[in-house]
Formats: sequence, structure tokens, C-alpha cells
Amino acid sequence: MNASTSVPIIELRGITKHFRRKPTLAERILMATGRGKAPPVLRAVDGVDLSVARGEVLGLVGESGCGKSTLARIVTGILRPTQGEVVYEQRPVAGLRGKERLDFLLKVQMIFQDPYASLDPRMKVSRIVGEALSVHKLLPKAEIDGAVDQALSEVGLDLAYRERYPHQFSGGQRQRIGIARALAVKPDFLVCDEPVSALDVSIQAQVINLFMDVRARHGLTYLFVSHDLGLVRHISDRVAIMYLGRIVEIGAAASIFAEPAHPYSAALIAAIPSAKRRKRAFEPLKGELPSPLAPPPGCPFHPRCPQAMSVCREIRPALAEISPGRSAACHLHTAPEAA
Amino acid sequence: MTDPATDPLLEVRGLRTVFHALDGAWAAVEGVDLSIARGEVLGLVGESGSGKSVTGFSLVRLIDPPGEIVAGTISFAGEDLRTASEERLRSLRGDRIAMIFQDPLMTLNPVLSIGEQMSEAILEHRQCSRDEALKEAAKALSRVGISSPEARLKQFPHEFSGGMRQRVAIATAMLNAPDLIIADEPTTALDVTIQSQILFEVQKLARETGTAVLWITHDLAVVGELADRVAVMYAGRIVEIGPVDAVLDAPHHPYTLGLLHSSAANVMPGQRLNQIDGVAPRIDSRPSGCPFRPRCPRALPVCAEHDPAPTEDGARSFRCHNPVLVGEAA
Repeated sequence: MNASTSVPIIELRGITKHFRRKPTLAERILMATGRGKAPPVLRAVDGVDLSVARGEVLGLVGESGCGKSTLARIVTGILRPTQGEVVYEQRPVAGLRGKERLDFLLKVQMIFQDPYASLDPRMKVSRIVGEALSVHKLLPKAEIDGAVDQALSEVGLDLAYRERYPHQFSGGQRQRIGIARALAVKPDFLVCDEPVSALDVSIQAQVINLFMDVRARHGLTYLFVSHDLGLVRHISDRVAIMYLGRIVEIGAAASIFAEPAHPYSAALIAAIPSAKRRKRAFEPLKGELPSPLAPPPGCPFHPRCPQAMSVCREIRPALAEISPGRSAACHLHTAPEAA
Repeated sequence: MTDPATDPLLEVRGLRTVFHALDGAWAAVEGVDLSIARGEVLGLVGESGSGKSVTGFSLVRLIDPPGEIVAGTISFAGEDLRTASEERLRSLRGDRIAMIFQDPLMTLNPVLSIGEQMSEAILEHRQCSRDEALKEAAKALSRVGISSPEARLKQFPHEFSGGMRQRVAIATAMLNAPDLIIADEPTTALDVTIQSQILFEVQKLARETGTAVLWITHDLAVVGELADRVAVMYAGRIVEIGPVDAVLDAPHHPYTLGLLHSSAANVMPGQRLNQIDGVAPRIDSRPSGCPFRPRCPRALPVCAEHDPAPTEDGARSFRCHNPVLVGEAA
């Protein structure tokens, strides 16, 4: 799937999301008297441009705290960006009203990480799956039951389960219910936020297979957010790697995994455990993700980077194309002669 | 000192731990045999509910009612921990045997500074001054890659990130140079780069100090990279145990094979994964015969009748009526 030639279904332009804690009473008094400072801004997502082509699977990976889940929530419209715009089928989402906005919200569905927290414990499965259909009057009442049954059989759940409550299901089955709920409204685009990381190993493969079957059947587009690089390599056409609120590398999955351009991508890929590698002499990446409240100057990865140069401490590298369809934000690739 | 090759540090035979409920006693651990030599890393692998954590907790008798260890021997350096006094166990825990948990906040006291709790762990088991204890604590912190350890000792757990806390927990576990560390999913909640760092420290520790490690995890790949031997648990039983290379390269049990095959690394990107169908049975509704039978692609009629007994094969052992043979592709 080539993103540059086909029409994007979703485009993010300069998306930034800042979170700021509310000042406490003491801080407000100090600020009023001109002595205090406002609480620091957390830049969860900091200027992300991204486009997802219709029909492709874009994997979004990074460590916890890098902003990948925040970005996923902005794509689905759960969170509003501080700056920048989300464009759905060539139209800015912020400008959509009424029927058009509802259409966007239904066509872009989300699968959540925690199958225990994302289903209402007091609703039966039939109501969970059929709720959007009846609330938005997408189908006449008489047809909702049939649509629910169809969604349930699509995800491999026995129709006898439709009158049960979420607590009567295992984690894998609950995740299937979450997928059925998303499919019931006939979406184009699924945003999957760590959809299998809460599941057992033998169940993960079942759910991943289900994602692949569903995609093939309906021609869906996925934004697949995960910290599991092995799965992302498996399911994605393209991969974007995030670090501290920014994309540091993006390109075709096969080429990134074969030859990562950014030292952070290389470190992440090297850290994937493999059952085929034995008694490894670990050479881990040093340090941890810096606090997004106080990102380091220059390239945010330079304190951990084995290849850091003096320029990295001062100038933040921009995400730039290094080969067709492949971009990286690293001074190693931008201006080798000047460095 | 005995010969580590012939005389294991820890030897468990017929361990059975049940949980009492209104409708009976259900076995979370159903007759587990395992042994660990000095300086050896044994990976204990299983899915949730397989009994791997209960096994780990049973070894140091950290099983509270309604749980109960009802059978078996736990021989640690020649001493049976199952019959040892509570007082004796208390002096062993944190000294000769240390534990690391998935959530380091389980080990760390939120209202004490790191220095206070680390020095307490030393003073509890040894005669020395507080200053000496603090010095040792600082050394332990720098050994697990924590910079400026003296300043860090004055800080509280909430001032550390998740990866740092787990490193503090590991440093605390190592303080008294234990003979055995029982680590229960210690890196499951951590990012891969931090996991690599922790595995690196544990590997170094086992090599340099001869500490034996029981590494409990759901991740076969981590075990492959870290352990000397691996035990695979299913429904309260060890269904396969042996040297890592042998078990992971040529598994005999269909469940081990299924776990290995279901990894995304085994198929070309974009292809369907080789899934194991079905779910693991609940503790109160395990099937007759072999508990893996309903999910097993190789099940025979006999599998419904008898739970297979362990078959010994050199350094390996497995429980299966229809094992996968070497060279046979599933």
C-alpha cells in the first residue's frame, strides 16, 4: 500500500496536544501576587503530521508516555488537539456539524486496550453492541437484533451469549465484544489502542487473526497502536515510531525493521525479545524516557543516543524524507557534510 | 559446599496448592516437580491462571487462606521449607531467598525513603552499623545502573519512574547476596528498552554471584534469551521442562509448540498467525484426562481417560500421550 499515491482517509496536520494541570489554590494566590509560576505544560503530542491511506494498516509504536495513545484519541475525536487539524476524507473535522460530524464519529471507531474497563458492566452484550444503532437511529428497531447477531457471529461469538453480561466473559471474548461493537456501525477506520496487550499469549494470536480477517472482509483501514514491535511488524503496512510526542521515523514496515534509520528505532527493534535468540549478552539502551514536562534541548533522544553528536545537543532535527516514502528526524541523515 | 551439578539448591517434589471455596478445594498447583541449581536461571512460563505465580509463592510459603499447600516437599539447601517454622522462613525470606514482584510498589513502602528500607533489609539479617548498611545500599543501587546513588537513597518511591522502582526492588533483593531470587513477571509492565536493562542486570547477577533465579513470566521469548532451563505450566502442571535450547528448538508438548508457533515471528508479515484455539480451562472446570486435550490438535482417545504422567528423556521431561517428535512438523 503506498500512502503517497492514494487518497488519505485521515490526515493529521501539525497536531499538538498540551495538558496543563489546574493551579492549586496556593499557586493561584502566588500567581495573583506576581510571585508564582503557572504549572508546567506537558507536551503529550508535539507537532505531528501523519496521513493514513485508505485500506492500509499504519502501526504506531513507542514506549509508554511517548504520546501514542493521546494521538489515537485525537484521531477518533475523543480528545481535541491544542493546535493543528484532523482531516477526514479531505474535510477538517473541527468544521463538521450535525449529520456530517456524526458520520465521522461512526466511521472512525476505536478498540480500547482494557477489555474490562471498556464495556459497561451493567449492560447485556446485545445492548452494548446495538446501542449505537438504536441511539443514532441507524436502523429501524426491528432490524437491530439481526444486526447485533451479525456483528457477534462476525467476531466468532456464540449467539447464545447475547443476553449475558461482560463479567461472564474472558478477556479475549470481551475484546471480541468490543470489536463487534465497533463493527456494528459499519466503520471505515478502526483505531486500535494496544488491543491485545492485556490478553494471554495464546489468545493474542486469535484476536490478531480476527483483526486481519475483518480487515480483509470489509476493506478497513487501521491505526494500530502498540508497544509490541513484533506484532506491529506483522500486521502493519507502514510504521510510525514516536518518541516524546513526536514521530522520529516513518516508512514501510519491511524497510524500517530491516534497516532502521533512527538510532531509537534501531534500539527498539534490537530490544524485541525473540525465542530464537538464546542467552543473549544484553547491551541495553541506557537511560529512560525523559519527562515530557522537561524535555531535553536539541534532539530529545540525544541523552540516550549512542551516536549523539554535538549538534544533537543544540538543534532539534526535523522529520525529513531520507528516501521515497521514508522519513526520519535525525541529524545523522539530514546533513552529514555539515555535521 | 556441594557440587551444584548433582546437588540442586532447590528441589520441589509433588507440590500441590489448593484454594478452598464453598464448593470444594480447587488445585491451582497440581503436583509440580522442579529443581534449580546454584547460578542457574529457570524460566517458569505459563498463561494467566496456569499456576505459575502460585508455584512461586508456595516455594516460600507465602500462601494465605483460603489457599493451602496440601502436599509436596520443598527442599532448599537440604532443608524442607514446607515443614520449617514460620520463624525460620522469616529469616530466610529477604536473606537467602528474595522475591521481586511485577509491581515494585508491592515491595516498596511509600512512606519510607529508599535508604531507610534498603538498610532495614540489611539490618534485619546482619549485625552492622546503619552507616555501613547505607553504604552497601548505595553500592547495590549503582550496581543496577542507578546514578548518584547517595542522593537517590534519600528519595521516596514516588520520586522514581516505574523502571527505576523495579531496579530498586532488584537492588533490594540482591542486598544480602541471596542464594535464590524468585521473580514474578518483573518486567511485564515495563517498556522493551527498560526490560532489556533489567534482564541485563539479572543475567550479570546470576553469572557473577552464583545466585539462582526462578523467572516467572508469560513470555517465552524472554525466557529464551535469559534462562538456562525452561518449565512450561498449563492448568497447574508442568507439562514440559528441560534445557532452553532443547525445549524451544524441538518442543515435545503440543502446548509448548503452540505457544512458540503463535508468535508473529513465525509467519511472514500479513499472514494469519498460528493460533491455539479455545481458552485455558478455569480452575473449577478442568476437563478429565489431559487438561490441554480440548485445545489440542493431536489429542487421542486416551487423552480423555488419563492425565499423562511425566515422561523422562535425559535432562527433559514432558507430560503428553502423543508428543511431538524431533523432526516432526506439528
